[in-house]
Amino acid sequence: MTSSPDAEDLLRELAPQVLGVLMRRFGDFDAAEDAVQEALVAAALHWPHDGIPDNPRGWLIQAAVRKMTDHIRSEVARRRRESLAAARDQPGDVGGGDDTLILLFMCCHPSLTPASAIALTLRAVGGLTTNEIANAFLVPEATMAQRISRAKQTITASEARFQMPGSDERAQRLPSVLHVMYLIFNEGYTSTTGENLHRSELSGEATRLTRVVHGVLPDNGEVAGLLALMLLTDARRSARTGPGGQLIPLAEQDRTMWDQELITEGDALITNALGTGSIGEYQLQAAIAALHDDAARAEDTDWPQILAFYGLLERMSGNPMVALNRAVAAAMVHGPAAGLTLLEALDEPLGGHYRLDAVRAHLFEMAGDVDSALAHYRAAASRTTSIPEQHYLATQAAKLAARTTGSGEDRTPQE
Amino acid sequence: MGATNGEEHIMPRFLLLQNYEGGAGCTVPMSNWAPEDIQAHVAFQQALNDELTDKGEFVDAQGLAGPDMAKFVTSDGVRVPVVTDGPFPESKELLAGYRMIDVDSEKRAIEIAAQASAAPGPSGVPIQQPIEVRQVMGPPSADL
Repeated sequence: MTSSPDAEDLLRELAPQVLGVLMRRFGDFDAAEDAVQEALVAAALHWPHDGIPDNPRGWLIQAAVRKMTDHIRSEVARRRRESLAAARDQPGDVGGGDDTLILLFMCCHPSLTPASAIALTLRAVGGLTTNEIANAFLVPEATMAQRISRAKQTITASEARFQMPGSDERAQRLPSVLHVMYLIFNEGYTSTTGENLHRSELSGEATRLTRVVHGVLPDNGEVAGLLALMLLTDARRSARTGPGGQLIPLAEQDRTMWDQELITEGDALITNALGTGSIGEYQLQAAIAALHDDAARAEDTDWPQILAFYGLLERMSGNPMVALNRAVAAAMVHGPAAGLTLLEALDEPLGGHYRLDAVRAHLFEMAGDVDSALAHYRAAASRTTSIPEQHYLATQAAKLAARTTGSGEDRTPQE
Repeated sequence: MGATNGEEHIMPRFLLLQNYEGGAGCTVPMSNWAPEDIQAHVAFQQALNDELTDKGEFVDAQGLAGPDMAKFVTSDGVRVPVVTDGPFPESKELLAGYRMIDVDSEKRAIEIAAQASAAPGPSGVPIQQPIEVRQVMGPPSADL
């Protein structure tokens, strides 16, 4: 979209609301989503010239309904008469955030692959155009259009209805929604700054949508936990890469660059969430992120508490990647030997994964076993699937190699 | 280590690469094929690209100009670069073309590579050319 940032934000905020209105009136997800998309494009085209209308939501609804009726008229010769007659009217429903959440439940349907759910969510709920999503994921627009269209067919086939799931089903399906939000955030967060701006905007979009869900479900600890995790992670964004895009590990980041406003908000969210009811994975991850963010210097980090949280998280998730992080925390608390011992159990589940080698290298380096550290840094560098990571790991190896040959090129003390 | 769980990049990209060596079904260069066989081969490649677009997996596909046109360039950054023209003794090993795909998993990339390997050669016999499957580097998976 080429409209001003204000108009663009407004459009994205209104997109799910307008789609909600159409869904309640017509109940045809595929066609309603197309109609809203066309209305958004029309708005992006007209508003910069004509100014934002007094009632932008009404303008969009009117435009989308017009597109929708055009569509129905053209389909009416076929089977559409029936579906019109069956059009649902659900008076009890209200608009706004609730509609966004209902749409998220539809778009993050468990029958979709994560990639399909992400694309559909960004378009139907995020109000992004197919072209913008294609740019963010670096695929041709035709490819992304097909991915979205197939996802919509899957939703239609699953006969998902436009209504808030009951509390049991909601509890069961909310994790899929949160997982998709988490993946969208990560897609944006992990991309190198400046390399693909469309891509880094994805984090902001994920945070915005999670904020809406938090607004609807303020007492849900996991929603609050995920939002806190995003804010506390995003706070470090500008410090995690150097001027050439090189990765800077947490311990070496310039902490004055961390965004204190985001940290304050994230801290408050997670403190509040941890105090209420059951604890979930996102809350634990956010709690760990908060402990990192609250340390003014790397050496002030509360590693014993982080170790305890990773222990809980590992029991809860059974994820070997969590076990890997716990080994690092154990090394920081009890020394590298303790961490290395924990890693032995991970050879089986993580066999061949470069991050196991990277952590092993780091712990061997801490232990002063330069030869083993060097071998594992090199193994990790040869198997990572990311260029910034490869550069980082190769540089670690090079620094160690320089030390062993005594060339004295690198005099900075190693941890 | 940071707060994320080190989740893998959701849509890994792969390059499917092929050279000029042919396969068990055909070692004859395309310039020696019958016209209808060439036509069938080209139609197959186009249909595969269309299928990948339809499935939301296609990124790019290109064929390269022949090895006779290839040049090798070396330079020390100071002197005039050295440009070596063909023909090259190992020309069959040069890259002939590639497909870039955006898929859910390596398993899916291998499926597509298998389809590409079975492209028809003379008389419609599958060429069975080896397809090199290479993952494209993506963003880092998590905070270090």
